[in-house]
Amino acid sequence: MPDTTMTVNWRRRLVLALLLAPALLWLVGLIILPHVDLALLSFRERVAPREYVPSLAQYRTFFAEPLYWHVFVRTALLSALATALTLAVAFPIAWVIAKVARGRASALLFMVCLIPFWVSETVRTLGWMILLRESGVLPSLLTHLGITAQPVELLYHDATILVGLVYTSLLFMVVPLVGSFESLDNELIEAAYDLGGKGGAILREIVIPHAAPGITAGCIVVFMLTLGNYLTPTLLGGKNSQWFTEQLYTQFITRFNWEQGAALGFLLLGLSTAMVWLGLKLSGQRFSDVMRRA
Amino acid sequence: MIPSLPRPAWLRTATNLYVGAFLVFLFVPLVVVAVFAFNDAPYPAPPWHGFTLDWFLGNESSGRVGLFHDRELLGSIWTSTLVALCVTALSVAVGAANAFLMERATFPGKGVLAVLMLTPLVIPGVILGISILAFASRLADFASDTFGVEADFLRPGLPLVVLGQFSYIVAIATLTISARLKRFDRTLEDAALNLGASHAAVLWNVTLPYLRPALIGAAAIAFLMSFENFNTTLMLVGADSPLTIMMYGRMREGATPVLNAVSLFLMVASALLALTLMRRDSRARR
Amino acid sequence: MVPASPAAADLEVRALSKRFADHAAVRDLTFSVARGSFFSILGPSGCGKTTLLRMIAGFIRPDSGEITIGGRSMAAVAPNKRPVNMVFQHLALFPMMSVAQNVAFGLARRGVGKAERLRRAQAMLERVGLAGSGDKRTDELSGGQRQRVAIARSMVLEPTLLLLDEPLGALDLKLREHMKIELKQLQSAFGTTFVYITHDQSEALVLSDHVGVMNHGRFEQLGTPQELYFAPATSFVAGFVGANNRLTGSALAVAGDLVDVAAAGGWVIRARAHGTIVTGAPVAVYVRPEAATLARAATGLPQGQGVHAARIVSLLFDGANSVALLREASSGLELRIALPQTGALADLKMGERVCFSFDPERAICFAAEANA
Repeated sequence: MPDTTMTVNWRRRLVLALLLAPALLWLVGLIILPHVDLALLSFRERVAPREYVPSLAQYRTFFAEPLYWHVFVRTALLSALATALTLAVAFPIAWVIAKVARGRASALLFMVCLIPFWVSETVRTLGWMILLRESGVLPSLLTHLGITAQPVELLYHDATILVGLVYTSLLFMVVPLVGSFESLDNELIEAAYDLGGKGGAILREIVIPHAAPGITAGCIVVFMLTLGNYLTPTLLGGKNSQWFTEQLYTQFITRFNWEQGAALGFLLLGLSTAMVWLGLKLSGQRFSDVMRRA
Repeated sequence: MIPSLPRPAWLRTATNLYVGAFLVFLFVPLVVVAVFAFNDAPYPAPPWHGFTLDWFLGNESSGRVGLFHDRELLGSIWTSTLVALCVTALSVAVGAANAFLMERATFPGKGVLAVLMLTPLVIPGVILGISILAFASRLADFASDTFGVEADFLRPGLPLVVLGQFSYIVAIATLTISARLKRFDRTLEDAALNLGASHAAVLWNVTLPYLRPALIGAAAIAFLMSFENFNTTLMLVGADSPLTIMMYGRMREGATPVLNAVSLFLMVASALLALTLMRRDSRARR
Repeated sequence: MVPASPAAADLEVRALSKRFADHAAVRDLTFSVARGSFFSILGPSGCGKTTLLRMIAGFIRPDSGEITIGGRSMAAVAPNKRPVNMVFQHLALFPMMSVAQNVAFGLARRGVGKAERLRRAQAMLERVGLAGSGDKRTDELSGGQRQRVAIARSMVLEPTLLLLDEPLGALDLKLREHMKIELKQLQSAFGTTFVYITHDQSEALVLSDHVGVMNHGRFEQLGTPQELYFAPATSFVAGFVGANNRLTGSALAVAGDLVDVAAAGGWVIRARAHGTIVTGAPVAVYVRPEAATLARAATGLPQGQGVHAARIVSLLFDGANSVALLREASSGLELRIALPQTGALADLKMGERVCFSFDPERAICFAAEANA
């Protein structure tokens, strides 16, 4: 019955086309083409109103202007530091959730850790501002306790930015860590211990190698989010924040210099992609596996 | 280490102290926000001047504009809700289609598409924002230069905000729905077909009900992420500000505790959403 | 029984008890294990055997009692300081290390130099027949090879005692049969004392020099596999070790060590009394399938034994282990009787009338326990 076969084939193709259409519209229309366009923008220069020539001027400006690359490097370093701190803070709590606490206690602790992240970053940052600013809760508490004579300004320091970034990123580290700790069979830890391993050796030889995918996933996501964060650095760091996304905003929205903004955007994207790639290479992971984990 | 291995007393104490300190770190900012929503003072700062509901109920005549009379804030909540509903509907629909595409269909280039679908998750939100802004403007310029048509929806504004948020939220929805579809036992569909059901009936009566929890979960996540989005929205926003942008603007100026009031409102709303979801979840598991 | 002289015992357990919130997992247990022997703890799941093993390993602290290993009390010794190593239920091979690294892991922890520990790991792998596999990943090995690595990893540390936590449990039947033999050969080659826990009575019988049958936190019986099989001390052991027919009834008459038991429907059977049986008391009689003889007519049965009539319900052909299921005529009770290995009765048919008899000395009668 060739007729039926043809109908079935035709229908299968129709279904495939219907399923492919939204995916392609999304990926091509909202991801690929805009990024190609951004690349084109970054490689041109305005010579007269509405007249452009291909050029590397935008990138030259970046390297010629110390402010740009200074902020760029600073953002990268602080982001790396924030990622490391987040890992250090999240590691023990994830271990407690996955391995020390049991049953209901573990589930409850996990839930409690997730609750703050149901609230928007704006609200959380507001909390830190009320806590830390000169007229805020912590400075007045310090004065009250006689630790400082005058209320001190705790906002607008690099450390403040780091606290805010770590706070905002915790969830994205705790979740993959708990996942990879939970999948570690207790038997392996007991066996290592039974064979004479102590805490440090077990951590180094068993736990970290096992959790490497989770650690990588967490670090990649946290680094990426930190690098691209705008809200926390500008609010907690104020004028001193010098975060790279601010430069982006200034060029794009305030100065309307899209060519320069596009170049800066591409540099940020390049850095973020390089770190993702490096993270994957170092831990020998596949991109799709890591993202699924996160 | 784990409970079956001997843990010295100091380690146990240290663990408990750490968990305690961690929880304080986690909740102090939120508690502070909530508490100062009720402070009878024009700024959310100590000292405590007594309890008041002015920051919720106050109107122009009392000199303090409370949340329920702050038209700008209420308007931005409405804007955020509208945007979030659009993003949710789009993301869940496209995410479900993507899930079927990736789990069921075979076609050349599927591997590339699978990786592409994950990339929005590792592109910083600011970049997504500016690239869509630039591309949309180019299209709008093109339309106006070539056809003399003013495509306003391609200029900064809510439609672009929706598209910008959708561009990465749909990736999360796709992952959530795919994960459940992957675990679906396809013999159930075969059984239904064998019992005489049509393909449409199988989808409607067997497959979609199975996917329900994932669809609901994806919708909740999409709504929340859209409502809270800042980075992408900042670059695409026009005259109407969603709540996060509005709050950001006011926070830079140093705002009254009405911001604490709206924050508390958000906390309660998200707590309710979270609890509902978790109850559904635990019921489903039983 | 187990030699009790302390000099020859590698493991001594005295009055050991452990309670968890709602139940006593191990109750006042005392036993010792001779040096170089293979000792099994056999019991159904939940009998407390895992708790016992983990107390010996040190992962669980006993409520009371004492554990002595190699003559040294373990009360204050941490699990990683005990001269004991463990083969875990799922083997717990470290997937992040090669086979040789797995074996060298414990040596590295003891501070043995790299060259030396690799040499010793290689030597140990050779002893277990995995000479060329040192560089393989653990998931490249077969189930049997993985088990050998797990044993090698422990044995390289030369423990006084090797504890094995049902390592065969996760294997399929055929591999399990093979590993049983391999395990026994490895043990006799190393000469190390093995303490093995299992719920599989066949494993315990095949492998062990001595077996402790555990139930509700206590040993029901401690003895050689032969003693457990031919002279079970309790009704539980008779039912748990090997196949058995359990026939309940009440004691009709007691004469010396023989009892006449009235089963259902007035069927009378004669059995050997274990312990004191009072006339009229409820009892349970155990007859092994191979202890009974089956024939088409009474003339085919041994002289001087009670002859019972039955009908064939089902024939289960399994080579040398073939049995017939039959229903006794007067009581309607179902029994399992081994078919002769000669194939003499291979032509039996379902529903056919047959007779059977058994030596009363090989049918054991226990006073019925309240909880049995």
